[in-house]
Amino acid sequence: MKPARAMTSPARTGIALACLALLAAVPFVIPGYKTSLVVEMLIFATLAMSIDLLAGFAGRVSLCHGAIFGIATYVVLYHVTVAGGSPWIGVLLGVAAATAAAVIFALLAIRTSGVYFLLLTLALGMIVWGMCFRWTSVTGGENGLRGVVVPAWLAPPTVFYFFVLIVTSLMTFLMWRFAHSPFGLTLQGIRESDSRMRALGYNVPLHLFVAFTVSGFFAGLAGALYAFFNSFVSPSTVALAQSVEGLLMVIVGGVGTLFGGLVGAAVIIALENIVSFYTERWPMVLGLMFIVTMIFAPEGLLGRGRALLAQRRDRNAS
Amino acid sequence: MDRRKFLTSASAAVAANAVAPLLPSASAQSGPIRIGLLAPLTGVVASGGKEMVEGFNLFWDQHGRKIAGREIEITVEDDASNPDTALQKARRLVEQRNVQMLVGDLLANTGLAVAEYVKSNGVPYFIPIIAADDLTQRKRIPNVIRIAGYSASQMPRPLADYAYHKKNYRKLVTISQDYTFGYEQCGGFCQTFTELGGSVVQQFWQPLNTADFSPYLAQIQSLNPDVVYAMETGADANRFIQQYANFGLKGKIPMLGAMNLTDQSVIRTLGPECEGIISSAQFCEGSDAPATKKFVAEYEKAFNKLPSLYGFSMYSGAMWMAAGMTAVDGNVEDRPKFLDAIRKVVLNDSPLGRPVRLDMYGNPIYDVYIRQVKRRPDGKSWNVPLETVPNVSQFWKYDPETYMKQPSYSRTFQGIKKS
Repeated sequence: MKPARAMTSPARTGIALACLALLAAVPFVIPGYKTSLVVEMLIFATLAMSIDLLAGFAGRVSLCHGAIFGIATYVVLYHVTVAGGSPWIGVLLGVAAATAAAVIFALLAIRTSGVYFLLLTLALGMIVWGMCFRWTSVTGGENGLRGVVVPAWLAPPTVFYFFVLIVTSLMTFLMWRFAHSPFGLTLQGIRESDSRMRALGYNVPLHLFVAFTVSGFFAGLAGALYAFFNSFVSPSTVALAQSVEGLLMVIVGGVGTLFGGLVGAAVIIALENIVSFYTERWPMVLGLMFIVTMIFAPEGLLGRGRALLAQRRDRNAS
Repeated sequence: MDRRKFLTSASAAVAANAVAPLLPSASAQSGPIRIGLLAPLTGVVASGGKEMVEGFNLFWDQHGRKIAGREIEITVEDDASNPDTALQKARRLVEQRNVQMLVGDLLANTGLAVAEYVKSNGVPYFIPIIAADDLTQRKRIPNVIRIAGYSASQMPRPLADYAYHKKNYRKLVTISQDYTFGYEQCGGFCQTFTELGGSVVQQFWQPLNTADFSPYLAQIQSLNPDVVYAMETGADANRFIQQYANFGLKGKIPMLGAMNLTDQSVIRTLGPECEGIISSAQFCEGSDAPATKKFVAEYEKAFNKLPSLYGFSMYSGAMWMAAGMTAVDGNVEDRPKFLDAIRKVVLNDSPLGRPVRLDMYGNPIYDVYIRQVKRRPDGKSWNVPLETVPNVSQFWKYDPETYMKQPSYSRTFQGIKKS
């Protein structure tokens, strides 16, 4: 998981700006339904990147981020549609609830690693799902909660699109800063060998705890955005499938690349929507795509792209 | 252009002009009527979803996919038995395919998600399968209409009445899947049954996809009630009926079922173990009514199986939509007028053979069959009618406004009257 040779900083900024410009053109080039698809991609990309913070940098693959994401969605919808509160307070509460859940999950999970971490987070996610499913008086059971959450001025598709674009860009930047800070480097050290990091005097559990909480915070923000976007939440939003989908986006895009989450979310959501139009066997096509990715680009699409670029640069240099 | 060609084309033009005034005026709108059909083609209820599409298409194929002079264009989308996917697909159908109306979905949560979406944009959405009570009760949406469908608590009530009065059952145990559809059906049954004077000994709520029912069956046996009311769908229904028989309870403790317990989609694959179960529904594939017989024969010919509730409801739903479209001369673009026409439809020629209309809240009123599973001479199981309870609305014998003041059915509220 060595990072490909680092690009120069202006080049990186250039690429980021080009991506942003491209995304900003979306509502004018493909208005209507397709814009809403891109909104969904952006929201799920944020979730995927929050998973990648843990999986790619700290080496802890979580299966409960879908649940953390969904907790925020539930709280926002509950606050606005049932309790009749303001959407912005709802967002605050939602993100706070998701972060609080992440704190609790972190306390329980950070002592483990590898497959035990995977199983423990899976179990924690299932608990959230079980609660949402059974606590009918609050969560509406499997029928979920419904209602328009998004404030009226934000509701027009183009306005909402730019709102989501700005928020997710900011989040992406923050996550990138976080991952490339000294703290992020320490996490990478923990990923490679936590015993060595401990020997070097780093407080490994504390680092993991903070990483988990921060990652939960971002997942919660994505979840709050999703409440605005979807106007609906049901246990399927906190289900294991949601966590797995987020993880698959990371894997397809490239674990440890951070922006791979963006690529993965775009590819998976686009495929789901395009392929399902032609065949009801679309999960099979999706499965095949995963297999092909695993065989030919095990480092993910973005990871593979970077590796190819680096190869070419090496060839040119020699 | 040679002379002969000129003659044929000219006469065709004249003929077209002559016929045109006779056709319903389709001038205000052009192009086909686009219908978005949402059905779970993958996921836990995929088999039901396929039958939904079959039933819906069967009607339109029989009618040349044309109504009131306009072509019918149906776009099928898979909701994957998942509300988020359903919502996404509904958006796609409306915003990208520009469908004029949506129809379908099977699971209540998928339907509720789509209903919330159309609430904001006014697209007509028809739900022949979604039974969630509140969609036509406490949380009505004007453009969501349950044509040819039923609400969950509507059907068990006449069955409870039958159980109390005709069968003299007094002590009841219910077993149901642990989700809203189950709460609503059991609630309907228990409320009616206890208000008549019966008592509920115990209610079991088992998780969806229970493989082994023996813990519940053992408890049912030791409670020894007069009757068991079972609310199971799909594979759970299959397993429950089989294990009930294997456990030796069949023939000892009579079993009543929600309509989905003995739906064709379940009993199609079962043997003698399902015989004798009594349930209640608006549709009964073994009915003698000529219209039902005709429909069942056509369906069997087309798909080589007896129609399930899914196939039947979507077929009738299509018929209902066609009646509404004819009433507005195909002008479905005028939404208020179209919705109004749909609400006023009295469906005389449905496979039920009896007129069906909506109540004021957008839910059909039916003559409900009390029906029992029997063997057909060719060995297939089907439901045959025992008796008919006329004019059953979703409010049974209650005043609608008073009824809607009580809470929705849930695990904790089953409307049970303490005696």
